Amino acid sequence: MPDEIKTLSSQLAQDPDSLVFLRLGELLRHKGQLDTAHRVALTGLERHPHLPDAHDLYARILADKHDYERAFDEWDMALRIAPDHVGALKGLAFLYFKIGDVQQAAAHLEAAQRVAPDDPGVAQALAMARGEGGGPADAEAVAGGGATEALTAPEPIAPAAQPLEEARVFAGLEGAQEGLLLLDASGRVLGGALKDSGGRDVTDAVAAYLAGVSQEAARTVKLLGLGKWTGLAAEGNHGHVHLAAPTSDALLLVVRDRAVPMGRLAVIAQRAALAARRWLEAHA
Amino acid sequence: MTAPAAAYGKALDLITRVRSVRGAMLVSAEDGIVVAEQLMEGIKGPAVSALAASLAARLQRAMEAAGVGASLFWHLQAEQGALLVVPTSGGTLVVAVAEPDVNVGLVRLELLRAAEVVG
Repeated sequence: MPDEIKTLSSQLAQDPDSLVFLRLGELLRHKGQLDTAHRVALTGLERHPHLPDAHDLYARILADKHDYERAFDEWDMALRIAPDHVGALKGLAFLYFKIGDVQQAAAHLEAAQRVAPDDPGVAQALAMARGEGGGPADAEAVAGGGATEALTAPEPIAPAAQPLEEARVFAGLEGAQEGLLLLDASGRVLGGALKDSGGRDVTDAVAAYLAGVSQEAARTVKLLGLGKWTGLAAEGNHGHVHLAAPTSDALLLVVRDRAVPMGRLAVIAQRAALAARRWLEAHA
Repeated sequence: MTAPAAAYGKALDLITRVRSVRGAMLVSAEDGIVVAEQLMEGIKGPAVSALAASLAARLQRAMEAAGVGASLFWHLQAEQGALLVVPTSGGTLVVAVAEPDVNVGLVRLELLRAAEVVG
């Protein structure tokens, strides 16, 4: 293996645009050289930002480093580029297992199985998730086995790792408990929370003011003949907000400080809206 | 200090000359009444201004409660277009109605320039 690493490193040095970084990053990860693997993957990703395998590799390295939030983002990105990417589906299943959301984990494994029906790891993890042998923790280990081998030691899902229902709406997303909020049409909080820059909880106050905004936005664009509203982005003196309607009866709010560009905020909002939609469908 | 009425036309010109902008309005933020407008035919100025002012007020209160301060610019995105708004310090909303392919960054700049003219 060291010889192969040397050979691949040499090839990559000669041709930095080569895809050998995928194999090299994977070998380094297997050897536990996570910092080097991280650098290789990141450099490869910068050169091949639309390559799903590059996002998948980077996500696996991040997961090995226990940076689950960013791993989630990378696997999510891989799926946006290639919705049937088995590695990304297994990786997300692994992360959902980790937070105790067996339902979402199973949904991702089912999607992976549709694409790769002969993958024994997927079948085994799915069976365990369905309670057909082993428990969720075993399924987590199996799901992780294909994507994050370094995490094969199953971590029991302790009560503390099973967040409240409302907290789980945005599981795995950055700012889930300080900058993401899901409301119903009446302004009642369904999930997430908001804190101001001083750390004060402002969830209820903001929710009250936002009641009816969705309907008002809908009326405004209807009057203008613009179809359905898809988002509302606003710049403030000290921060930015983005509103979206994951369903016709719900409103999502994302708040970040001014350091986060509006475009990045829109991406965060899209991911949060997707999570909210899934959660709302599951709890309908 | 409020700009003279002649300046309103100049402010709206800044916005409507941007490609894919269908119209622009100056709206009183307090009561949603149109102060000046340059709109393409078919856009219901008074109704849109009332809703834009109401939306602006709700958004403003929510943003202040969230600790992000006063709204400087907002952008309501829709399937077939957008409404872009800059509130001025004098209580006016500078509003643009645009096609979906509009250059949002450019409209934002012109709205901010217009807001300076209107005051």
